[in-house]
Amino acid sequence: MAYLDHAATTPMLDDALDAYVRAAREVGNASSLHQPGRTARRKVEESRESIAAVLGARPSEVIFTGGGTESDNLAVKGIFWARRTADPRRTRVVSSSVEHHAVLDAVIWLEQHEGATVTWLPVDEVGRIAPEALEEALAADDDVAVITAMWANNEIGTVQPIAELAGIAAAHGIPFHTDAIQAVGQVPVDFGASGVSAMTVTGHKLGGPLGVGALVLGRDVACTPLLHGGGQERDVRSGTLDVPGIVSFAVAVEASVKSQPEYAASVSALRDQLVSRVFEVVPDAILNGPAITRSDQNQRSGAAVDRLPGNAHFSFPHCEGDALLLLLDAAGIACSTGSACSAGVAQPSHVLTAMGAGDECAKSSLRFSLGHTSTQADIDQLIAVLPGAVERARRAYRPRS
Amino acid sequence: MSGGVDSAVAAARAADAGHDVTGVHLALSRNPQTYRAGARGCCTLEDARDARRAADVIGIPFYVWDMAEQFHEDVVEDFVAEYAAGRTPNPCLRCNEKIKFAAVLDRAVALGFDAVVTGHHARLGADGLLRRSVDLAKDQSYVLAVLRRDQLDRSMFPLGDSTKTQVRAEAAERGLAVATKPDSHDICFIADGDTQGFLDQRLGSTAGDIVDAATGTVLGAHDGAHHYTIGQRKGLGLTVPAPDGKPRYVLSITPVTNTVVVGPAEALEVAVVHGDRPIWTGPAVDLPARASVQLRAHGLTTGAVVDVRDDVMVATLDSPVRGIAAGQAMVAYRPDPGGDIVLGSATISATSPVPVAVA
Repeated sequence: MAYLDHAATTPMLDDALDAYVRAAREVGNASSLHQPGRTARRKVEESRESIAAVLGARPSEVIFTGGGTESDNLAVKGIFWARRTADPRRTRVVSSSVEHHAVLDAVIWLEQHEGATVTWLPVDEVGRIAPEALEEALAADDDVAVITAMWANNEIGTVQPIAELAGIAAAHGIPFHTDAIQAVGQVPVDFGASGVSAMTVTGHKLGGPLGVGALVLGRDVACTPLLHGGGQERDVRSGTLDVPGIVSFAVAVEASVKSQPEYAASVSALRDQLVSRVFEVVPDAILNGPAITRSDQNQRSGAAVDRLPGNAHFSFPHCEGDALLLLLDAAGIACSTGSACSAGVAQPSHVLTAMGAGDECAKSSLRFSLGHTSTQADIDQLIAVLPGAVERARRAYRPRS
Repeated sequence: MSGGVDSAVAAARAADAGHDVTGVHLALSRNPQTYRAGARGCCTLEDARDARRAADVIGIPFYVWDMAEQFHEDVVEDFVAEYAAGRTPNPCLRCNEKIKFAAVLDRAVALGFDAVVTGHHARLGADGLLRRSVDLAKDQSYVLAVLRRDQLDRSMFPLGDSTKTQVRAEAAERGLAVATKPDSHDICFIADGDTQGFLDQRLGSTAGDIVDAATGTVLGAHDGAHHYTIGQRKGLGLTVPAPDGKPRYVLSITPVTNTVVVGPAEALEVAVVHGDRPIWTGPAVDLPARASVQLRAHGLTTGAVVDVRDDVMVATLDSPVRGIAAGQAMVAYRPDPGGDIVLGSATISATSPVPVAVA
């Protein structure tokens, strides 16, 4: 099988898996006062420190959660509530139109249930948020409670100008949250240097376990809890700490961040090959998102990188993405239509729609995402079966009247 | 795979027979939770999950295909339009004709599959003849008789030789959790089973006259002609008794004048049935031919002579039957010890109380 869906979830790193199993064999609630409890707590705090160190944060800024969706909800709702409590006029949320559903739906929930008003920042044809758009939004309204914009897009891989956006937010004194789930380990991410107030990270996208993540929350950023209970995490998040999950998560974060430059170079080289070979066998395929130029991708930290190294997102005209997915699946290729699902039914992607793509283009899209286990053989296997799959999918294509 | 026991066992049998089987669940609503929330049926998220779990147990790939738009256009809108025209449609039959053995089959064939397998209770053997199921109480050949030859040639019904009881027992043996799931009965796209309410929402309810068939006298008022079906006796709300004191029944519905015509039971009697769009999928038949005709979804089969005149199927019944509604299917069978064989079908367009001489 060729696994080309690393952006959905990527295999655990061996070290992270070993660390998980070792920690899971030992008893101890990290909140207990006895020796097993202290041992567990020590592992959690060492993990917190190592994550903080590689992400440019202070240990006290790392709040462990049950994963990306929880971190996004906590940041968006929690900061909104806290800011509105401090000043009832702050009822506006500024967000982008290409957010993951964990942010998108949290924002819409605030709109529908908490009386929030929302400013949706538009994106250009490659999915990029223009900093000027945020500047305009903040100049127009002085009632903003929170701004949230993702670091990198999960579907089309567009990396946003986060430092610029955060700088604008800071100049207006408004907290800025970013969902960095797709970015950590893929592109350079430094919480402190970026100037963001809050940042979502999760384990299973970078070689750690599922069900554990963190919200990196600036020390001076007020945030009302979603979950009430023991107050384990800075009184912002309650719940018995998942010691093995956290330990393993920390191993994966550290490894993926430290190896990011080499990872990006090798994975983007594979990705570039995938893209050019797809164009060879399906000449009318359309690459969605930022253009790919090798020189950009191979530069080291700090360089202008505007697309995630493992992301390749196409539209195949006159095909339905889910028909292609079925055919490729049957041929041992795992990929994604890269769009939200309800009951397993693919809906036109809101990301592509926001970029100005038509419904047909959005429904004909397919995402291939590479990761740390990707090989040349995966790409060879894809290229061997893709033309036949496209041809078949085209035969099945019935444009909607 | 609807999420019910029949399609699950059909898929399992097809896989056991050595076919390369892929499970497909049809999403027929854009907002599945709004359709039949919590009720049995085939359209809810719970049903999609049941289908997925059955596919897991059988060990076949599983996908959800979005057929919501086609289903809405070809089945739901057709259903409403038929009622608006004073007919009584059969949406399951329409779904077979337009969705399962058309849109789904076409897509499947284009993607490289050979056939569509369903859990319908009907027999379709090597001879290519469509026959009633061995389980006459569960037989669904009536709603399949609308299929053309080319559609049947790419269809498989692995359950036709089994009774429902046997299918459930086999599902249990196979470890399929749907073994004891209740059968679905109602119309899948009407959430609460309230067909009248659904039609009211779509068609409104315009009051009109209830008229005596013999005299033309207005006997009462109705609150929407689509609330009535041919042969209905209850709920007419008539205060003037018939001169002979006998009950009155709905004889016909005329949408143009928004009139419901009522009369005595005898006036419901039909001797000749006309059907549009005849389809002959069975063995070659010399017309006119003797056949056994079924005139509605459940039961009511009668001997008849069938013929085709000007592309209209005409069945002259051996003895009159009551309460035949336009819009239902007329299916002609040839009685056979190996299961009655479907000869052909048509959509009932008109009925007549007196036999018409066969030319």
